[in-house]
Amino acid sequence: MTTIYAARKIITMNPARPAVTHVAVRDGRILGAGSLDELTGFGEYTLDEQFADKVLMPGMVEGHCHAVEGKWWRYVYCGFHDRMDPHGKVWSGLSSIEEVISRLQENEATLQDPTAALTGWAIDPIYYADKKITREQLDRVSTTRPVGIMHASGHIMNVNSKALELADYLRAGIEHDGVPLGDDGLPTGELKGPDVMFPVGRQAGFDDNMLEFDEPGLIDFARLCVRTGVTTATDLAAKLDDEMVEMGIRVTARDDFPVRIMSLRFHHGVTPAELIEHAKALRSRSTDQFRLGKIKIIADGSIQGFSARIRWPGYFNGAPNGLWYIAPEQMLAIYEMALKEDLQVHTHTNGDEATDLVLDTLQVALKKHPNANHRFTIQHGQLINAAQYRRMASLNMCVNHFANHHFYWGDEHYNITVGPERAERMNACRTALDNGIPLAIHSDAPVTPLSPLFTAWCAVTRQTNSGRTQGEHEKITIDEALYAITLGAAYTLNMDDEIGSIEAGKLADFAVLEDDPTSVSAQALKDVKVWGTVQSGRVFAASEI
Amino acid sequence: MTNPVPVTIIGGFLGSGKTTLVNHLLRHANGVRLAVLVNDFGDLPIDADLIEGQDGDVINLSGGCVCCSYGDDLSLSLQTLQEQASLPDHIFIEASGVALPGAIGKSLSLLRAYRLEGIVVLADATTVQSMAAEKYVGDTIQRQLDDADLIVLNKLDLVCDEQAQSNRVWLDGCFPHTPYIDSVHSTVNADVFFDIKRKMTNCKPSAHSHTQDTLQVDHASSLFTSLSVSVDHMVDAKWLASQLADKRNMLVRAKGFVLDTDNQIKTIQVVGRRWSVTPAPIGVQAGLVCIAQAESLSEENIRSLCKPDAQQII
Repeated sequence: MTTIYAARKIITMNPARPAVTHVAVRDGRILGAGSLDELTGFGEYTLDEQFADKVLMPGMVEGHCHAVEGKWWRYVYCGFHDRMDPHGKVWSGLSSIEEVISRLQENEATLQDPTAALTGWAIDPIYYADKKITREQLDRVSTTRPVGIMHASGHIMNVNSKALELADYLRAGIEHDGVPLGDDGLPTGELKGPDVMFPVGRQAGFDDNMLEFDEPGLIDFARLCVRTGVTTATDLAAKLDDEMVEMGIRVTARDDFPVRIMSLRFHHGVTPAELIEHAKALRSRSTDQFRLGKIKIIADGSIQGFSARIRWPGYFNGAPNGLWYIAPEQMLAIYEMALKEDLQVHTHTNGDEATDLVLDTLQVALKKHPNANHRFTIQHGQLINAAQYRRMASLNMCVNHFANHHFYWGDEHYNITVGPERAERMNACRTALDNGIPLAIHSDAPVTPLSPLFTAWCAVTRQTNSGRTQGEHEKITIDEALYAITLGAAYTLNMDDEIGSIEAGKLADFAVLEDDPTSVSAQALKDVKVWGTVQSGRVFAASEI
Repeated sequence: MTNPVPVTIIGGFLGSGKTTLVNHLLRHANGVRLAVLVNDFGDLPIDADLIEGQDGDVINLSGGCVCCSYGDDLSLSLQTLQEQASLPDHIFIEASGVALPGAIGKSLSLLRAYRLEGIVVLADATTVQSMAAEKYVGDTIQRQLDDADLIVLNKLDLVCDEQAQSNRVWLDGCFPHTPYIDSVHSTVNADVFFDIKRKMTNCKPSAHSHTQDTLQVDHASSLFTSLSVSVDHMVDAKWLASQLADKRNMLVRAKGFVLDTDNQIKTIQVVGRRWSVTPAPIGVQAGLVCIAQAESLSEENIRSLCKPDAQQII
């Protein structure tokens, strides 16, 4: 059974025939891309013209996000920017703390159980002149039920008095840098860092696995993927116990499940040897739609949380250097065993010192276990400098940059965290490409919204929230950005042989667009409308998902 | 509300001997119901005959001890533990190799069921100085040692006397307020860590008497001496506690009950350089027990601190 889709234009990412008008699909895979005449040679077919006025491009690949975003949409959205939920509703951004409180109050009024928790997410006080939110403000939402809001960064939470009381924090005598106290000696309700957030978060409706998706959340996440043109998405840090794996395999195997998920095993909490054994076991359970067997290491913290490990001269505001989340010996042990077992490792670094450690460690590990096609990838790598890219090139490394970060926190990096010079070369996509580094760009959803076209816009314009262009020199072209969100990302996942371009033999994964992203202005790239997707030959309209 | 459970945090970089120490403590619990929280079970060589059963992240051991793996969520483990019917007598938290034990200590203040007893950080005598200068982790190791109330200079059997002495000079220079003790194979006498309560009940200090006895040791590690001193007069408890915690005394720990200047009996607790003064339980007898490494204990110093006019003289 062959279907030939006709489209206004098909952007293939195949340099031999970059734009065509027709693509033939059989059994979920691409027979060929070309003209109708060329494709009829495959034999009997059905011509499908539903995309005749649309533009197709390869299904987009989000190389660094977390499927938990679907679950988070069950909480109340409190962000500053407009954001689309899994059902296509665009929640308006909130321009003041008062508006945040109003939205929570409206939601509170709909709750029946007077003790049920009310949970919000994505608030970012840097847009409110960095004003602190207090428990008294959230007490205006409710005094009977716990109320909590997670910040957009994921590093800070604000709660009301009831939540503090339930967690037994509403008392004198607490001494912790992450729990600021008011004039009355009691916590203000701001909670900084996982150590202090989680115990209260449990009371305020956040469950213990704040980074792990659940079944309805995974389905909602898939809806977001269809709305943003994504046909393969990573779930970049998971524990992947048997129950989760079984659920992931089962849910993604449904006929109507529209996205391929690649879930990486997170290094934390197990020894290097256990991690490798688990990754090997997971690899053998991998399915077409639920890919397993890769490893995620977190080397350091975040730049805006001042927990990233950065090189001299350190933080712009003089904050002390950040924290290691893994010991160098453990990283080396994991790298060596992974290279030996052909397991791919993605390593989160934010600071340039953490990147140095990755480069030094991989260089040593590769001497022991040479592996030319390892495709070890640095995730974020926000402060990688030119010399580091040159080393990455010699070590055959890939990078997946956090392009969205410029827009959301670029001004903060410029003014506070690393200062103008380094802020201008953060997520240096241009230098990466100039050094031949395979490049992907990402959203880290739910930290920032899932939308590869928006991410591409960020890398192309390097515009910050205040409207400045930050790092003119590091801009990439639209074509380069579109490559990064398709074949580039596919390469970092070692899937470029299956996905990322529209050509014979590959999986029939398409993003269906209303406009041609290669013919719009750079500014308009983020506004190109997504009609839906085709994934493994199945058509998913955003309007019906 | 029951008394908070004392918690000792064991810090130190990878390879400094934390796991060996944890195992040693479990074998020498001597009836104290311990809960040991480790990052992972990976290298923990718990003797099979100690294990009574395992339930996921919790291994039940003979004698009422448990060993829990907290993975990436220590706060959840502590919360789960405090919701259990019977709390342990003492908890040890083995910090991961790159963790800062001081941060773990601060997070304990958030849980009312627990009380930070002290932070013990191991230093590998064979590598600590070079590791503290290492490009990537040097500052982490220094911050870990800086967080310590008591440093255990471990693996001393693997270095010559000169190097051992060089380590002590280095510790004195970098951490001038933190007492340290010697160790081999992480075998530190369990009494160094456990509550001195049992010793307190055994000693009956009479006026101006001093008793001194040597604690038993299992291996060729250093000997510890305990000194019981009576303090029958009224004393500024905070002053005395802070003096006992001064590095010149090199005390591993001290516990005692004294009559404070407000005419209330107070409990003094010292672990290395950390001290606390809290209201004493009803009916206790005044007195003080100090533990130190045998060769470091200056009985004379302790005695003079406990004299009625000590605060005026010193």
